Amino acid sequence: MKEQTDYYAGTGEDASEGAVYTAMGGDFDEIAADHASREDETLVINMGPQHPSTHGVLRLMVECDGETVTKIRPGIGFLHTGIEKNMEYRSWTQGTTFVTRMDYLTPLFNEVAYCLSVERLLGIEDQIPTRANDIRILMMELNRISSHLVAIGTGGMEIGALTVMTIGFREREVILDFLEAVTGLRMNHAYIRPGGVATDLPETAIAQLRDLITWLEKHLPEYAAFCNENPIFKGRMCGIGYQDLAACFALGVTGPMLRATGYDWDLRKKRPYCGYENYEFDIPTWDTSDSYGRFRVRLDEMWESLKIVKQCADRLEASTGEPVMVDDPKIGWPAQLSVGSDGQGNSNEHIKHIMGQSMEALIHHFKLVTEGFRVPAGQAYVPIESPKGELGCHVVSDGGTKPYRAHMRDPGFNHLQSIPIQCEGGMLADIVVSVGSIDPVMGGVDR
Amino acid sequence: MSDQVSGENLPATPEAAETKPVAVRKGMWSEGTGDTSGYGGLVRPLPTVTGSTPPFGSYFDAIYERLIELVPDGVSKVVVDRGEFTVYIPREKLVEVMQVVRDDAHLRFEFCASASGVHYPHDTDAELHVVYELQSMTHNRRLRLEVTCPDTDPHVPSSVAVYPAMDWHEREAWDMFGIIFDGHPHLTRILMPDDWVGHPQRKDYPLGGIPVEFKGAVVQPVDERRSYR
Repeated sequence: MKEQTDYYAGTGEDASEGAVYTAMGGDFDEIAADHASREDETLVINMGPQHPSTHGVLRLMVECDGETVTKIRPGIGFLHTGIEKNMEYRSWTQGTTFVTRMDYLTPLFNEVAYCLSVERLLGIEDQIPTRANDIRILMMELNRISSHLVAIGTGGMEIGALTVMTIGFREREVILDFLEAVTGLRMNHAYIRPGGVATDLPETAIAQLRDLITWLEKHLPEYAAFCNENPIFKGRMCGIGYQDLAACFALGVTGPMLRATGYDWDLRKKRPYCGYENYEFDIPTWDTSDSYGRFRVRLDEMWESLKIVKQCADRLEASTGEPVMVDDPKIGWPAQLSVGSDGQGNSNEHIKHIMGQSMEALIHHFKLVTEGFRVPAGQAYVPIESPKGELGCHVVSDGGTKPYRAHMRDPGFNHLQSIPIQCEGGMLADIVVSVGSIDPVMGGVDR
Repeated sequence: MSDQVSGENLPATPEAAETKPVAVRKGMWSEGTGDTSGYGGLVRPLPTVTGSTPPFGSYFDAIYERLIELVPDGVSKVVVDRGEFTVYIPREKLVEVMQVVRDDAHLRFEFCASASGVHYPHDTDAELHVVYELQSMTHNRRLRLEVTCPDTDPHVPSSVAVYPAMDWHEREAWDMFGIIFDGHPHLTRILMPDDWVGHPQRKDYPLGGIPVEFKGAVVQPVDERRSYR
């Protein structure tokens, strides 16, 4: 490290300004001595975008004084896929296939947020069958548990609590098995459609759901037993990533982060949708405004979700056979899906009907599938409570068969703005804890 | 084939305070395809609510009255549509209105969820819209503010000073639509690369994509295919 040549600078650039650090190796004693001789102790570290503990491709530009973070700026956009633009060229129904890929840990919430907005534009909000709403709530709450399991699991892994991750993914896998049995896919379901859901629950679903509930009831207490009073866990989490109520309001923060400040804001209670007003559950809060509080809120929310799931199981058992799609043949998807030899496809009954019995049914099927339905011009925004906070979809229609504009307000996008307020003045190692407690998913942040 | 008389054989539009067709469409297919088959003479007006007059119903009147009391010329029009309350604000009044709706005890919209840009190329002198979704947690009410600006002068005052959360949302609207938020602390691209040229979500920006080639056939990218509208 004797020379100060910047190997990476372009020719002609003035590299004499400030110290130049290169990653060319060398004797650490020399580097340390060289660094100590300078008055400027600020170290600029680029963390990510390819870093195992940044939850995907989040880039953090950190300025450090020793181990203390003096400045931190998040950089996003590395997973931008142009989903919103792409949706403008596909039909309204195809939109679900796109939004489900945004925040890939909460695919069913993305679908519900989008479908509720489209349904409001269509003016069919009141016509959604009860069974469809109950299925939506069931799927969302299971998805909430699986999302929180990843948040807790990966958050634990990043601070060395590896077992929390392994058991977290074990439980999540059981939930995903159920989602797969219902929708055909573990993730990216495209199951919830404008007007209802794509297909009814399979016959074995309720039995599988009961097994799942038993499994979760048996295993969810493990997280509390591992973490709640674990001195190392608390030592890493307590007081880290502090963000109080005023800061949450200013930065538009919702979800577990807001509830960890003691405010019981939850859209399922405050502005119910999909029939949440008919379910009994509580809104857990915590009063420490820190990472540990968010962990406890998530832990408690999983139990509340499980409470809702149990109520769903009873209701869905009682409503077997009721419709799951709006009774409007101009909107409702014409076919029922079934498991075919290649995995999944249209039911044989339906194929037989349109191909052999009814010309009109064939025309209708063809028109609805290729052309889609038209949505009256206007705009709508329906917010829902995703595991991470307020998730809303702003959709604009110009009266055509495709969205004129669809914008997803992803909580993670908004919440990442609070990284500086949580991390500046803290230790370098605590950045990972703060980011983990924010629980961003870059698929949703960058869309 | 003669053009169908407008309104004939069309589903009735819902009774609203003031509706007018935002556009009139002819034919069945997207523009620019050169395809004249299929309902070539079909004329379809596309109505939408473009303005409402009081009383608006629900809690909307209370918000509206308090708002014009505090900022007399702060509302250019009001749209009540599908149970959602949208207030159009002249752009020079945006920050003042936001300050008031946030701080006034009767309004108290503490939480601004999102700022979303929309590009309406046919809306002359108001091509670019910014839509703010506000939530009052105190009163549990929702409000949508909308500002417009012409394409030739794409400036909107920044609301970051009132709602710091709008920082990234405005950067996204700049990145995707080219709307310049005056007074924003650092209006830079956020999702696209720093050296990107153009604003991808504008309607005059193509989707891109390359044709898929099969042996003996080519499938055009989705924005160049014939499609329904």
